[in-house]
Amino acid sequence: FVGAGGGNDIQWCFSQVKGAVDDDVAEADIISTVEFNHSGELLATGDKGGRVVIFQQEQENKTQSHSRGEYNVYSTFQSHEPEFDYLKSLEIEEKINKIRWLPQKNAAQFLLSTNDKTIKLWKISERDKRPEGYNLKEEDGRYRDPTTVTTLRVPVFRPMDLMVEASPRRIFANAHTYHINSISINSDYETYLSADDLRINLWHLEITDRSFNIVDIKPANMEELTEVITAAEFHPNSCSTFVYSSSKGTIRLCDMRASALCDRHSKLFEEPEDPSNRSFFSEIISSISDVKFSHSGRYMMTRDYLSVKIWDLNMENRPVETYQVHEYLRSKLCSLYENDCIFDKFECCWNGLDRQAAFPTDVLLCSSPSCSIVMTGSYNNFFRMFDRNTKRDVTLEASRENNKPRTVLKPRKVCASGKRKKDEISVDSLDFNKKILHTAWHPKENIIAVATTNNLYIFQDKMN
Amino acid sequence: MFVRGLKRKCFDGEEDIEGTLAGIKAIPSYNLQRQSLLDMSLVKLQLCHMLVEPNLCRSVLIANTVRQIQEEMTQDGTWQMINTQSTGQASLDRLVSTDILCRSSREQAEGKHVPGYGTFNKDFEGGQGQDSSETMSTASSVQAPRNLQSNMWEMENSQESKGNFQKSLDQIFETLENKSPNSVEDLFSEVDNSYYDLDTMLTGMMSNTKMGHCDGLETFSSPTNTTSNSNCKSDLNELDHIVEILVES
Repeated sequence: FVGAGGGNDIQWCFSQVKGAVDDDVAEADIISTVEFNHSGELLATGDKGGRVVIFQQEQENKTQSHSRGEYNVYSTFQSHEPEFDYLKSLEIEEKINKIRWLPQKNAAQFLLSTNDKTIKLWKISERDKRPEGYNLKEEDGRYRDPTTVTTLRVPVFRPMDLMVEASPRRIFANAHTYHINSISINSDYETYLSADDLRINLWHLEITDRSFNIVDIKPANMEELTEVITAAEFHPNSCSTFVYSSSKGTIRLCDMRASALCDRHSKLFEEPEDPSNRSFFSEIISSISDVKFSHSGRYMMTRDYLSVKIWDLNMENRPVETYQVHEYLRSKLCSLYENDCIFDKFECCWNGLDRQAAFPTDVLLCSSPSCSIVMTGSYNNFFRMFDRNTKRDVTLEASRENNKPRTVLKPRKVCASGKRKKDEISVDSLDFNKKILHTAWHPKENIIAVATTNNLYIFQDKMN
Repeated sequence: MFVRGLKRKCFDGEEDIEGTLAGIKAIPSYNLQRQSLLDMSLVKLQLCHMLVEPNLCRSVLIANTVRQIQEEMTQDGTWQMINTQSTGQASLDRLVSTDILCRSSREQAEGKHVPGYGTFNKDFEGGQGQDSSETMSTASSVQAPRNLQSNMWEMENSQESKGNFQKSLDQIFETLENKSPNSVEDLFSEVDNSYYDLDTMLTGMMSNTKMGHCDGLETFSSPTNTTSNSNCKSDLNELDHIVEILVES
């Protein structure tokens, strides 16, 4: 991507890093989800402590055209609290598993955030004026003695310091026995789905006391349970179509028009196993941790432990493209099983629509149309990008050591075996505690947000 | 030195290898490695958080791995009850820590829904201490993950596997095959929308003192701000249910 190649490659530069500096990570600060809103102006993160932090991009400074606006804290609120399930005597974690933004319809912003059991619709609104000059109240709110009121006046709105308020507008609770792993807003913008390990429910955004179960893979006899749902997403254009992935590496596409309970898939996407790679860990590493439709809905991308696969919805028997994220780990699977890293759930994302490509004069400089690049995380705070057109890939690192703005990030390389070259890192030196599970790409610009354990990095492409 | 693409198995050069291999830089047999993997998997299934529900996906994947190994061992004919020999390193500390880590098993009447995931420890308590500790020690590598040695994955026959089949392992496996109430079913069972009957529920609530159950109740009994109103409400709903059950009985 970087350097000698064609001018089409994106050159990534460090822009910002958010979060605590010290190595001692507070458990509550562990970032558990990252999501841009539909315009890219807002960037939300959720953490293990149940908090949501929203960053807002500064309006671009016309004089400083060489850098895009910075992201600064816009709102912070406690979305979920720890709960206790009395019947099971188990805690319900407040960790935010997913955040999904609704498209903006009015001045306020809305997002859905979910922990293991409960989904909440939050309204984030700005207040920059307040009424002053009440007749019956003092400025501090105390009521005036009515007998002292001798004149009347009309209260007026006066400007005040901007205040951003977050308020929960809907609580969608008590619909999931198992842990929610996904939420996805339908293209009708009225309904959304929530998926747990064994069931998927359909909700209406306005209705909290009812939800429809649309997928149920719980066996009658729990001893027969061998497969769970790992992710689910609505098709971006077809409001009756959704997919869900499983721990056995399959993706099922379902049509809600076919039946009320979508137990029978319309399509089943599964790649036959490679017999030469078979081991006791084959199933575990085939488990899909994330599924994302492309913007057109023609393709979808899945992430399993070692690879990213692109599927054409018209072809069920194998993916059209496969990208190896960290194949050098294949020989380490036993160790990774031992330390539980093999169960890490990496997410993946597509690039957005490159805004620069909208200008014909720049078409030579940037030709990364939407969904031509995929990004995903790895260990040692590395993250990877694959260009589907050029077939080139790059490994970059999110680290405070590279934190000079507008300095291009240096590509990293892992030495799988043999003699380690200078600047390469051997597999055994990788830090498996530093994992990048969550990444997000701005919907319109080449800005990416990469979450390490407790820090959020923002990188931008180098603008000329 | 090693051929990539071959199945490789972690082998940490455990000291409890029999004397036949002592002094030689041992290349572990396939069976030994498979056994080690089986032990590790069973320990993983047991280690569970006391307070938070364990990850179902992880449990299912580990259980599937165990089943795979068992199937292969059955086909091999190596799945037999062989008496163990003492393998030293009887790490009772490990046994105790597992005990503490696992949930106290719900000793409710059989046949009821038993929530929670960690009921294997019941088999480990009492009567099987010695065997169990050997199982623990074989799997003690879990505690100290070391770098994978680049060993060949040898598909040797089972002649070499005279050691390390513990009797307790078979018993553990029986539980997996659901010959006793504490079984895989318990791993995955849940309460759903059914309510405990009174005895079950009261027993459960009483036996949870060591898990800070009371603390939990205190923490969540008093909502302090508006955003937790809904939590309060759902807590109240649950409390209502419990009260209903109490009153109706």
